[in-house]
Amino acid sequence: MTAFLRNTWRGLTSMRTALILLFLLALAAMPGALLPQLSLNAQKVDEYVAQHGWWGRFLLKLGFFEVYATPWFAAIYLLLFVSLCGCLLPRTWEYFKQARAKPVLTPRNLSRLPHHAQAETDESPDEVIARAGKLLGGWRKNTGDATISAERGFLRETGNLVFHFALLGLLVSFATGKMVGYEGQVIVQANGGQFCNGGILNFDTFRPGLRVDGSDLTPFCVKVDGFKAEYLDNGQAKSYQADIEYQSGADLDAGTWRPFNVQVNKPLRTEGDRVYLLGHGYTPKFTVTFPNGVQRTNATQWVPVDQFTLASEGATKFDPPLTDAEERRKNQIAVTGLLAPSPAMHGTILTSRFPALNDPMVAIDVYRGDLGVDDGRGQSIFSIDQGMVEQGRLKKVARKNLAVGEEVALDDGTKVRFDGVNDWVSLQVSHDPSQVWVLIFAILIILGLGVSLTVKRRRFWVRATRQDDGRTLVEVGGLARTDQAGYGEEFTRLAAVLLSKET
Amino acid sequence: MPVNETLSTYSDWTYNSAAGVYVFAIMLYLVEQAFTRAPRKEAVAAGRIPGLVEQPKPPKQELTRSERFGRMGAALTVLGAGLHLASLVLRGVATGRAPWGNMYEYMSLLCLAAVVTWVVLMTKFPIRKLGGYVLAPIVVLMFLGGTVLYAEAAPVMPALQSYWLVIHVSVISISSGMLLIPGVASILFLIKNKNPEKFPKLPSADVLDRIAYRSTVVAFPLFTAGIICGAIWAEAAWGRFWGWDPKETVAFVSWVVYAAYLHARATAGWRGSGAAWINSLGFAFTVFNLFFINLVTSGLHSYAGL
Ligand code: HEM
Repeated sequence: MTAFLRNTWRGLTSMRTALILLFLLALAAMPGALLPQLSLNAQKVDEYVAQHGWWGRFLLKLGFFEVYATPWFAAIYLLLFVSLCGCLLPRTWEYFKQARAKPVLTPRNLSRLPHHAQAETDESPDEVIARAGKLLGGWRKNTGDATISAERGFLRETGNLVFHFALLGLLVSFATGKMVGYEGQVIVQANGGQFCNGGILNFDTFRPGLRVDGSDLTPFCVKVDGFKAEYLDNGQAKSYQADIEYQSGADLDAGTWRPFNVQVNKPLRTEGDRVYLLGHGYTPKFTVTFPNGVQRTNATQWVPVDQFTLASEGATKFDPPLTDAEERRKNQIAVTGLLAPSPAMHGTILTSRFPALNDPMVAIDVYRGDLGVDDGRGQSIFSIDQGMVEQGRLKKVARKNLAVGEEVALDDGTKVRFDGVNDWVSLQVSHDPSQVWVLIFAILIILGLGVSLTVKRRRFWVRATRQDDGRTLVEVGGLARTDQAGYGEEFTRLAAVLLSKET
Repeated sequence: MPVNETLSTYSDWTYNSAAGVYVFAIMLYLVEQAFTRAPRKEAVAAGRIPGLVEQPKPPKQELTRSERFGRMGAALTVLGAGLHLASLVLRGVATGRAPWGNMYEYMSLLCLAAVVTWVVLMTKFPIRKLGGYVLAPIVVLMFLGGTVLYAEAAPVMPALQSYWLVIHVSVISISSGMLLIPGVASILFLIKNKNPEKFPKLPSADVLDRIAYRSTVVAFPLFTAGIICGAIWAEAAWGRFWGWDPKETVAFVSWVVYAAYLHARATAGWRGSGAAWINSLGFAFTVFNLFFINLVTSGLHSYAGL
């Protein structure tokens, strides 16, 4: 049994296994690039599965649409992790032993080495050895009887160990971040809209780490005062920025707001969390004047359907000012349609030609009836329930293109006015306390790699033998580990200096 | 900042001339190959020092005719690199930003890096004759870059406006370009190693292996640094430093493959052809990342759609 365990351990920590596991890791990671992934685009996954029948369902079952969360992917990297630990422990031990050990003794036959040279001289062996000792200034030396064994480039092993340990550290920090971190997205109106990082419910979408229950999010608040975008003539965005104010830490109690300008590449960093500006869109404002004279104004964000013109769609919903609950439910109003920030008319069809606001227009369909919002099911804020339309419980009562300030009158005297447009921004709050460690280990990885791949570990031996004729035979030999190629020049130079007293 | 049309036109001209000059260089290298007689057996069996690489240069001899062609090829390669560099600089000046903001520019920088790496290696190893094999894929890439991927000089999207872009994209494209060299060398190694007699004009397998290793060892840490810079940029631009975006994923995969290559060189039974296969695979992934991922799948990487 112990033999079995030992063999398994040996097998797992061997270089060959590491190699195979590296391959498997590469192989297993690939589907994530080729197939749509749930974490990036769930809608594409649905489409793919729908289009590919049993094959799609098969892939779905095996987790191919969330590769990096599957047990098989985890198995590979955990094995690699174990292999790496098992490999590093003995190597670290070996490293410290070697660091103190003296360079190995001079081999008997230097002429067998890859680098070799010899010459005769009139100097005594002691003189030669003394001279060689001086020449090999920076080398670790083991001077014996008329021979020197020298070694250089031990730093290579240091670099290698630093690299592999840093890799270990990076994996651990990465995993920690996945456990305790979270990401939440929220849309905020850019005319003073406010958001507080108080709990999961404040977000539109929230992706918690495995150990996050949302009960202790870092407290801070953000107020969005304005949004600015610049575009090129072809509608390509040139820059985005949002003027915000924020409160965190002691400011929360003191009630102080601090200004900040969030840009696409410049998140707000506060209390270890980050707030990003992810995107923006438009919020049309409508006022409904009911027959009894009561006015209600709503501003709900609409969603851009074209990234280059920011033509947007949505549904702004109104409750009528009626006291009877049943009547109220049956006379709800929804304003849906298209918002064109820079309108262009093709006959009566409204489109947008540019993403910026230039006399915006809306092409609206006004519906009246039961929106179906009270039945407890969640409903998208961007659309109405088509089911209610099909059942005839929600009816289209007007269709009109409106410029700012224009209104349309319904059959019962209700008026819907288009008041104007505001910006909204979508913000992301990210929390990952270990990412700074990932960075530190990443830097160590580069340093370790650089050192280990540039420094060459090489050996140099000198032997001086007095010959029968009284002259001294000087032999030198050299050996480089891993890559012989770089050593030739250095060896030739050293050998030339040492052997130059030849006669 | 408006784009300077004149300069960007000059940039296109120099780009095309560079590609043309490379084509001429390939022809000269081919002529050299054709006229070189295979070294005799004794010469192949190298001396004591393995690698025969850093041996002192043989004394100056009369240049043979084929060597003259080869030298002209090398000179043209350098000239092409100069024009190529000029085209990038002109684009940079024309647009007022670092000239690697879309795939055409990125590809151009990558090819330039490959050519420069090759020129540097040529001064160290007796490999001039291989110039044609190296320049051929480069010319193909430049052709694709100049036609399929071509994009008018223009400013870049907001997410791309960051000094991390300048660092990340330049480091990644330079290191990917450098990795083209070991890719070609490894493929030649596999050919030569399979049947040394049949390809007497290729350098020894040993030299090819060494070229592959030497260039990988420089390019790989750079590539690593490039990926890390990308992660730093992603943290600021997209809200996370790593998100398994298709491009990130394939970069990770090629990185792991090159790590496997370095391991293979240190594992008994995997040195030689095993390692060469892995290195070729790494290069295949790099090219795959460049084309397939950018053109077919669309991730966050903003020049994906060209
Ligand atoms: C997590 C996966 C691993 C990665 C990404 C990785 C990566 C690398 C890289 C890039 C190198 C070349 C740079 C250098 O020499 O420092 C290397 C070398 C080395 N690795 Fe790993 N490694 C991994 C796991 C392992 C494991 C599990 C072992 C033990 C079996 C191991 C043993 C070695 C050894 C002995 C070298 C030195 C090779 C030489 O002398 O050239 N590595 N590794």
